[in-house]
Amino acid sequence: MRLLINKIFLALSILSAGIGLAFLAWILITLFMKGLSSFHFSLFLNDLIDGGLRNLIIGQMILAGLASIIGIPLGMTAGIYIQEYGQGRYAALIRDLSDIMMSAPSIVIGAFVYAIVVVPMGGTSGWAGAIALAIMMIPVVINTTDSMLSLVPRELREAGIALGASKYKVIIDIVIRAAKVGIMTGILLAFARIIGETAPLLFTSETSNYFSLNLNESFPSLTVSIYDLANEPEESSRDLAWAASFILTVMVLIINLTGRFITRNKK
Amino acid sequence: MEKIFQKLSLSSATLVFILLIGIFITLYTAAKPAIDEFGLHFILNPDWNKELVIESPSVTTDSTTKNIEDDTIVDEDDMIADEDDDMLLDDEDDAVKTIYGGLVPIIGTLLTTIIALAFALPIAMGIAVFLAEIAPKNISYIVGIAIELLAAIPSIIFGMWGLYYFAPIISNLVGGYQVSLLTAGLVLGVMILPFMAAITRDSMNTTPAVLKESAYALGATKFEVIKDIIFPYSKVGIIGSIILALGRALGETMAVAFLIGSIFVLPHKVTDPTISIPVAMANNFGEASGLGESALFYLALILFIISFAIISLAKFYFLKKAK
Amino acid sequence: MPVMNIKKFSFTYPGVEHPSLKSITLPIKKNKITALIGPSGCGKSTLLRSMNRIHDLYPGNKYDGKIELLDFETGKYQNILEIKKENEFIELRQKVGMIFQKPTPFPMSIFDNVAYGLKIAGIKNKSELQDRVEAALKGSALWKEVHDRLDKSAMGLSGGQQQRLCIARAVAVKPEVLLFDEPTSALDPISTGAIEELIVELKKDVSIAIVTHNMQQASRISDYTAFMYLGDLIEYDKTENIFLNPKEKQTEDYITGRFG
Repeated sequence: MRLLINKIFLALSILSAGIGLAFLAWILITLFMKGLSSFHFSLFLNDLIDGGLRNLIIGQMILAGLASIIGIPLGMTAGIYIQEYGQGRYAALIRDLSDIMMSAPSIVIGAFVYAIVVVPMGGTSGWAGAIALAIMMIPVVINTTDSMLSLVPRELREAGIALGASKYKVIIDIVIRAAKVGIMTGILLAFARIIGETAPLLFTSETSNYFSLNLNESFPSLTVSIYDLANEPEESSRDLAWAASFILTVMVLIINLTGRFITRNKK
Repeated sequence: MEKIFQKLSLSSATLVFILLIGIFITLYTAAKPAIDEFGLHFILNPDWNKELVIESPSVTTDSTTKNIEDDTIVDEDDMIADEDDDMLLDDEDDAVKTIYGGLVPIIGTLLTTIIALAFALPIAMGIAVFLAEIAPKNISYIVGIAIELLAAIPSIIFGMWGLYYFAPIISNLVGGYQVSLLTAGLVLGVMILPFMAAITRDSMNTTPAVLKESAYALGATKFEVIKDIIFPYSKVGIIGSIILALGRALGETMAVAFLIGSIFVLPHKVTDPTISIPVAMANNFGEASGLGESALFYLALILFIISFAIISLAKFYFLKKAK
Repeated sequence: MPVMNIKKFSFTYPGVEHPSLKSITLPIKKNKITALIGPSGCGKSTLLRSMNRIHDLYPGNKYDGKIELLDFETGKYQNILEIKKENEFIELRQKVGMIFQKPTPFPMSIFDNVAYGLKIAGIKNKSELQDRVEAALKGSALWKEVHDRLDKSAMGLSGGQQQRLCIARAVAVKPEVLLFDEPTSALDPISTGAIEELIVELKKDVSIAIVTHNMQQASRISDYTAFMYLGDLIEYDKTENIFLNPKEKQTEDYITGRFG
């Protein structure tokens, strides 16, 4: 009887794994089928106004890149503070607050940035969108930096100090270098996450049909446009949304897999 | 140089603190007009963007107001006309006021999350058990990566796939609308599945091998070891993963936006369309202004408070159990 | 003159009520090897780590008494427990080096590892760095094995090699004192033998204090031995006397293996 229960349980577990994999396969196959059927290289050459996706792809990358320039240094230095300099209570508080922000609804971040950037500026802008993405990125980078640094053995720091190095030198020359791979992976994964975000951009940078490098006005976004296109009645818009979804997913998965590949190599 | 670096890292850390407080203050300030206007009644009021006609009291002998859409009589609290206004109104001039109530999106948010959790929990646990205890190392590694890839897929993709492929199948199976509470909740469930599975798996992997070996040595089956040794040992991590997934599901916008129907109506059945807070915001923020915009911020504030409370609960629970 | 004088030194860890070290008085003789032995928890590592004040990485310690370090130029003693300023700490650690139980190669090339302390001390001249790195590696009996791959990562070395690298790294800055905290307990017997030989070689240039839980090691290589128990210094004498003719009963019990 016990063996029977055991068998049933194991079967259910394998079934669950199968279900999980099935969903993944279903989504990816759907994407590939619908995406590829609407795919042609002119998508990379034309902007949305002409039925292409060029401005959106470039725009999304610029927004994510700008967010990274803001978010990565801030996140890393804060993570360094928590792990290396923190004196108990305050550091623990910041760590907790960072975790809370990590799970904050992305649309609320969008509303926040709307209130503090869009309204004073008098309109939507690429800056606002990038800031919203940066706010989402910072807690993730803090978390990954904090975790990776905590894995570095205590003795390594002590050996540096024992040679007469000052604390910041030990952190930069030795500790961060030792945690380099893990931190890089974490940052890549954070980047992959924000490049796929839609909600924070909806009313901060919106999107644009035209190619634009002007961050002071609505800025082209692949994700926001997918949402708009999917809501349009025309079949052609929907097809374009699928092609865009396909390209977006490929981008995100490549970045994600690259991050994992780096860690795998260093093991 | 050492001092500079120290100050720099401290300021970055403090920024987090300031941001969080800033979000609270900003949301509250923007929501204040709506809070002042509707108070806590907002949470229980299902009427969103309903216009009320307030007839001038010179026509009626008692202070009743009429709702344009139906003839329900709303009580005095919703009157805005004070004595001075009365004087300016005559029979033909009726003041129109728009009221907002957040009950529908709040319920929608909570219900979609519950459905998502109910759907995802058993499957996620099953996957975690598979990855941690059943699969041989290389299969566990590959399947683990696949599950993590599922987590990496942007939410808008889930929305697209959900709307055009998953929802039709569900509505064929159980009847009802394709855009509904149920379909939104289920797709949300697929989204939080990988998170719960991954965190639970990691938690299960921390069980010391000696513990498991002692149980096997007594003749326990795999199921029993998992049930009696591993699960209790990793209970904290598992509950943590559930709460974290809950937090994620509450705030999810895009997937739900495609599938929930986006109408401010309380669902009678689980297969009815309705709306959630993030979707209400996503759809209406663009055109909203004045009191309407403030009402949206009120919703945002409520959502933020709920998420904050849940995550804090999780952290507190972890802390208590870890001691 | 001893290179270090420990006088009535007491130490309490942060947040702990009772001191881990109680009024220790002990000299570290110049160009000699002094071993600190005793059962687990006796405080020998705590004492060693006080000699380069590495405890101060973790704030809140309480000190009593004095630890005096000889200044080679002036011939005067300086109480290192009074050091408060960052640059004084750095100077102290350049004079008193430490090697840890677990080999701690930095995540950089072999050359950069050995040169690290030199660069911190401000030495930038390339040829001087190369000379000193070579001298240090030769002095640690590692040169022959690594001279052709100095730019490769130090993580690729074996355990014994890594520990010798750490010794080379410490020796490169020409310290006055070297502190060894159970340097061979994580190594195999052959590497252990090589490192013991190396330590004996080193004493002609530096004064050495070594913590070891291996009594045979202490009797093999040290000139003086201090036996500690539960935070007290029970007996200090020339090594032959401690092992062949201990004065205290506790010392004798430990040596003969009655406890430990």
